[in-house]
Amino acid sequence: MPMIQRHSILRVTTKLLTPFILMFALYVQFHGDFGPGGGFQAGVIFGAGFILYALIYGIEAAEKVAPPGIIRVVMTLGLLLYIGVGYFGMFLGGAFLDYNVLRQDPVQGQHLGITLVELGVGTTVAATMITIFFSFAGRMRRAGRSG
Amino acid sequence: MDIPGLFNYWIVIFLMMTGFYVVIARGNLVKKIVGLNIFQTSVFILYISMGKVEDGTAPIVIEGAKGVGAVYSNPLPHVLILTAIVVGIATTALGLALIVRIKEAYGTVEEDDIFAQDEAE
Amino acid sequence: MIAANLPALQIVLPLIAAPLCLLLRRGNLAWALALFVSLAAFAIAVALLTQVLDSGAISYELGGWAPPWGIEYRVDVLNAFVLLIVAAIGAVVLAYARRSVAQEVPTSQHSGFYTAFLLCLTGLLGVAITGDAFNLFVFLEISSLSSYVLISMGRDRRALTAAFQYLVMGTIGATFIVIGIGLLYMSTGTLNMADLGARLPAIGANRTVLAAFAFLTVGATIKLALFPLHFWLPNAYAYAPSAVTAFLASTATKVSIYILLRFFFTVFGPTFEAEEITLNNLVVPLATIAVLVCSTVAIYQGNVKRMLAYSSIAQIGYMMIGIGFGTVTGLTAGIAHLFNHAVTKGGLFLVLGCIVWRIGSCRLGDLAGLGRRMPLTMFAFVLGGLSLIGVPLTAGFVSKWVLVQAAIEQGNWLVAVAILAGSLLALIYVWRVVEVAYLRPAPDSAPEAAEAPWSMLIPAWILIGASIYFGVETSLSLGVAEAAARFLLGGAG
Repeated sequence: MPMIQRHSILRVTTKLLTPFILMFALYVQFHGDFGPGGGFQAGVIFGAGFILYALIYGIEAAEKVAPPGIIRVVMTLGLLLYIGVGYFGMFLGGAFLDYNVLRQDPVQGQHLGITLVELGVGTTVAATMITIFFSFAGRMRRAGRSG
Repeated sequence: MDIPGLFNYWIVIFLMMTGFYVVIARGNLVKKIVGLNIFQTSVFILYISMGKVEDGTAPIVIEGAKGVGAVYSNPLPHVLILTAIVVGIATTALGLALIVRIKEAYGTVEEDDIFAQDEAE
Repeated sequence: MIAANLPALQIVLPLIAAPLCLLLRRGNLAWALALFVSLAAFAIAVALLTQVLDSGAISYELGGWAPPWGIEYRVDVLNAFVLLIVAAIGAVVLAYARRSVAQEVPTSQHSGFYTAFLLCLTGLLGVAITGDAFNLFVFLEISSLSSYVLISMGRDRRALTAAFQYLVMGTIGATFIVIGIGLLYMSTGTLNMADLGARLPAIGANRTVLAAFAFLTVGATIKLALFPLHFWLPNAYAYAPSAVTAFLASTATKVSIYILLRFFFTVFGPTFEAEEITLNNLVVPLATIAVLVCSTVAIYQGNVKRMLAYSSIAQIGYMMIGIGFGTVTGLTAGIAHLFNHAVTKGGLFLVLGCIVWRIGSCRLGDLAGLGRRMPLTMFAFVLGGLSLIGVPLTAGFVSKWVLVQAAIEQGNWLVAVAILAGSLLALIYVWRVVEVAYLRPAPDSAPEAAEAPWSMLIPAWILIGASIYFGVETSLSLGVAEAAARFLLGGAG
């Protein structure tokens, strides 16, 4: 990583920006049921913040924060959360993905359902974005080592 | 023909044909994927422009007196196309992953070279 | 609770099992889960079909949102039948897959393989069950993306290029379908297919609706590989792992045909003005050419898997001829052939997978003398081949017979002759395999070959046996197909 070491402007800016990008992602995530936003957008922003970090500091550093194996598990867990909420609605006597039955008050039920489902979407999308990036970039690195 | 009023469709058709041409005419697999992306993007624009309602504002409910009689854009096409964008991303990622594997297996990403290698077998 | 939610469970059971398979990591555990889920899906499909035959169409409101605003799962005779085909083939192929996949796919990819397989199953079932046009596109892409992954897992490096080619073609086809759906939404403001069908007649055939019709037709025909849009298919089938070929050959194209049927008859309606022009004058000639040309091309293939792939395109031609006629008899023939061919071709590809498992090749020359070394396997191939040709007392005969009747009913003698000629051509390519396997002695250098393991042979024989069974007992295939045809043409289902 000697070349990256030299670009101090890039490194400092990234270090400053990354927490804000991740924070903004969380804002978009949890603001999603009142206004524009939602799991997909939030997940992409979260993933983008992470990828920026990996681009500047190298994949090894990024993998230390988020080991690919764990990211992969998180990816499936997000999807399972989504489907799980759907199943839960079904167990409570509604249709699949029926949020009304999650709470006594249908409005609260909708609120809870949307929040959980969007959380599932957000985690899956962020984890998928990071995984896609790791698989491509990591492959190049492995090929570079062997060649 | 009301060309200025339909300009969004002209953009869509132009993009669609550009993408389609790239997919057909380029032998480089990466360029093919780029063409496919342009092709899909044209459809995204078709849907998004479809949701425009004249004088409509962003589809977020305005509360209070200001919101009475407010005209909103149609949010449904946007939601639909968000899904299509996700599909597009998945397609692109998968296409690129296949190209990486093809490059490893054949040592080239040019369609003609790959074809020649297959013929030689 | 379970009974009321059957339509949703049909989809979400395989859907939830897919990420679980990925979490299990161990190939055998993933396989066991996938098999269990696919058997459950099959049981649900059977329950749905009996329920529909008893008491008419079922409507399920996803998330409790009433149609046409929410997504509706709508099961009628036609798609209950398609669900049954997909789920049955999925279960049989999964039972078969363990040994075959263990040999053909690297161990590290096994859990990924079963995940992709379950996603593909989910997508195909979803396409069949949903009553919402855009939801159909999403499920179509779920199944397509996972099938590209499955195909690329083949051992030969050409599997990669085949998957890539399929990806490009498939994406163009799917994008065309989205354009068509978008144009329909633009002119009607609804995405529910039943609702679309109710609203379109009032709008009539204006230019937007015609464009939508054209885009949907071309998009779906790419996906179902109607001649001349079939170029992605032979390579994709030839180089995919054997189990994948069997699954895709008997479900993916069939579901695409279902999409076409759904749009032609439920959405646009049998009286749609453009239909007369398009179906009879365009689809029937193309499908007839498909039968003749692709059967001929199949004769010249040196790779048996590729030969069967070309034969698939020809058989799709038969189905499309029936659909193109647009009469009750024609549609019955098309839908029945969809079922019969799924069973027959699925069985044949499974048999071929047994051969590949044993001798590691499916080149015609390598099959020499196999009739004596793998008698059970080769006998299954012969029976499947007979059904492919359309010999009486096999499933292939039943639907072709009805198809010829439909052609004669229309006074279309040329097509009737072409159907018979196609059967003769099929006889030639099946005979080539039989001749090599039975009449040519095995070369001395040939590897020692015995029967394939039972876990592979039994599923293959189930499908081959079914293709004989449904040649004699036609109440399921023909009976349901006719009910579906009447339903599509607006009569009482």
